[in-house]
Amino acid sequence: MPITVIQPSRGLSRLGLSQLWAHRDLLLLFTLRDIKVRYKQAALGISWAVIQPIGMSIIFFLFFGKLMGLEEKVAPTPYLIFTMAGILPWALFESAVSASSSSVVSNANIIRKVYFPRLIVPLAATGAPLIDYAIGMGILLIAMIFLGTTTNSSAILLPLMVGSLMLSVLGVGILMSAITVAYRDFRHALPFLMKVFMFLTPVFYPITIVPEQYRWMLALNPVGGTISAMRSAMLGTPIDTSAWLISTLVSAVALAAGLIYFQRVERRFADII
Amino acid sequence: MIEPAIQVEGISKQYHLGQGISAQHTLGERLYECIGNTYNKLTRRTAQHKSAPRETFWAVKDINFEAETGKVFGVIGRNGAGKSTLLKILSQITEPTHGRAIMRGRVGSLLEVGTGFHPELTGRENVFLNGAILGMKRREVAEKFDEIVGFAELEKFIDTPVKRYSSGMYVRLAFAVAAHLEPEVLLIDEVLAVGDAGFQQRCLGRMSEIADGGRTIVFVSHDMGAVARLCDRVMLLEGGETDLIGTPSEAIERYHTLVSNWRENPEGVFTGPLADDIRFEDLTINGIDAEGPRVFNPHDTLTMTIKGIAKTNVPRFRTTFCLYKDNIRLLSKHDAPEPIDLPAGPFTSEITLPAYLLRPGDYRVSIGGHRDALRQYIWGRDLMGFTVTEQWSEHFDKKDVGMINVPGYGTRTLGKDTDNSIAA
Repeated sequence: MPITVIQPSRGLSRLGLSQLWAHRDLLLLFTLRDIKVRYKQAALGISWAVIQPIGMSIIFFLFFGKLMGLEEKVAPTPYLIFTMAGILPWALFESAVSASSSSVVSNANIIRKVYFPRLIVPLAATGAPLIDYAIGMGILLIAMIFLGTTTNSSAILLPLMVGSLMLSVLGVGILMSAITVAYRDFRHALPFLMKVFMFLTPVFYPITIVPEQYRWMLALNPVGGTISAMRSAMLGTPIDTSAWLISTLVSAVALAAGLIYFQRVERRFADII
Repeated sequence: MIEPAIQVEGISKQYHLGQGISAQHTLGERLYECIGNTYNKLTRRTAQHKSAPRETFWAVKDINFEAETGKVFGVIGRNGAGKSTLLKILSQITEPTHGRAIMRGRVGSLLEVGTGFHPELTGRENVFLNGAILGMKRREVAEKFDEIVGFAELEKFIDTPVKRYSSGMYVRLAFAVAAHLEPEVLLIDEVLAVGDAGFQQRCLGRMSEIADGGRTIVFVSHDMGAVARLCDRVMLLEGGETDLIGTPSEAIERYHTLVSNWRENPEGVFTGPLADDIRFEDLTINGIDAEGPRVFNPHDTLTMTIKGIAKTNVPRFRTTFCLYKDNIRLLSKHDAPEPIDLPAGPFTSEITLPAYLLRPGDYRVSIGGHRDALRQYIWGRDLMGFTVTEQWSEHFDKKDVGMINVPGYGTRTLGKDTDNSIAA
């Protein structure tokens, strides 16, 4: 018979991974809920997952590719494909981070009434953006076939890279979700920070236009090296492995920091939310 | 000897004022505070000026009790007495500041029904989601699914989004899920306040079944009838501390004594969004207040007078009072057919019940009021009791039984022809 002991916790207690595992059904059901609700309420349903990256790609194609001449820097890859291969992982990062950042606050009514490992909430919020990403990748593949771009065997590294990206998504998302509970004004800061970060990430430009001596800065951005590598893997161009590894390392540090902070404040969620 | 299912030792919870449920800090404020503190430290000013220790209060203080396995342990008390805080601590939603509680067995808690129900999802999807939120495995929910839907009587609508449900259907489905939780220890807060009377009875029945099955229940409620029927032991909380632990009748009697003194100690008696705008100060029946002998004859006309003060102008408000017998609401009456503007200042509302309406017995009165939207209300539960005596008269036949009294008698006709009455 399980025995529950309730007493004030002190310092760093365990992360509660066994609790998380015991509640895996809840994680799945929260994820499904977020996915279903997202598409049930939308008139255009699942096509939003398609419209957004395509629309952005076309805008970037016109402004950066054509008007500002970035097209030549990425030849022979068509710029439309190039930028789309960057926007898709970026969109995954951006939407997953913003969903998990607001997740704890938007599930306040449940958190106030029931106990379960709170970490489930920001984790579950990343499910729907992953689905969007998968759909977007399908569209990208179709576009590549149409425009005659090929990939090569390095594409098999892509799942691993998605894993790297998810490390940073969870790191930033978990940290932000806990901070937002205590300081609601972070909600307003996040979209701005995201815009800044998009420019610091090689989404619409190739990493090669940055002078060599500054490139390490892009890698320190937890998603910079990873997103660049994801594009290279997709388009079959050489992968900057060291940038990818540095980004992954930074992401892992962010995740550790996020988990520690979350674990410290989650016991007070119900009191301050 | 079997160890008790729940042992609570010295549980206390302290809140900082203003930190409660809704207050938030912005980062700016926190930075400002931080800079201020550092400045004070640097200039060797002690904390006495700006950062005086924040005011604190104990939501619950030094609570000790044991709940035996297979018994129903009740917790009653006025609003703000700490009942919900205690239950939140036992449910692990919030941590205690001091103390310890040990619970033996799987713990399920039910602080509201339908937690996490999403309006866009179908009944079926919500059953699974809500079941998981309450701690059931998907497989468990799947096994009990037909039973749950049957209990809620919603077979036909189970694949309809719950936003199209009536509120009754919604509550039935939510409670059906909750009723099929099978933990060894079940913590329940006031959930029976929803749903129609018939359904409530079914839920209460289900609860006693659960307790008979060897499970332990902690039941927090304002419904003294349910407490009396279900509980084996009852704890009365007052101001965050244990006032008494005893049999249900001892605890309920003591509770009524506390509540009758609401004019001296109105804290926590009135609830609702309007509780800050309106203060009820006096309730009398035929001029007799809570201290007087509140015993009336069946032939008395009963005039209830409520005196209060509106602290601000309250647009479109009307006063309500409700009469209960054996925890069944017999009637509710308003002082006006429609809500009307209540200007700031004192007011008196009067409501009269005709003679020969009430049968002998003990009655209890709740008062309150509401604005156009029923969510804009003030409510004070169970503020006064009175007794109607058994003084018979020609309007009142001793051999009548039942809840209500109708003066006079019926008629009788003989023969087949109903048109020609034989009445003299």
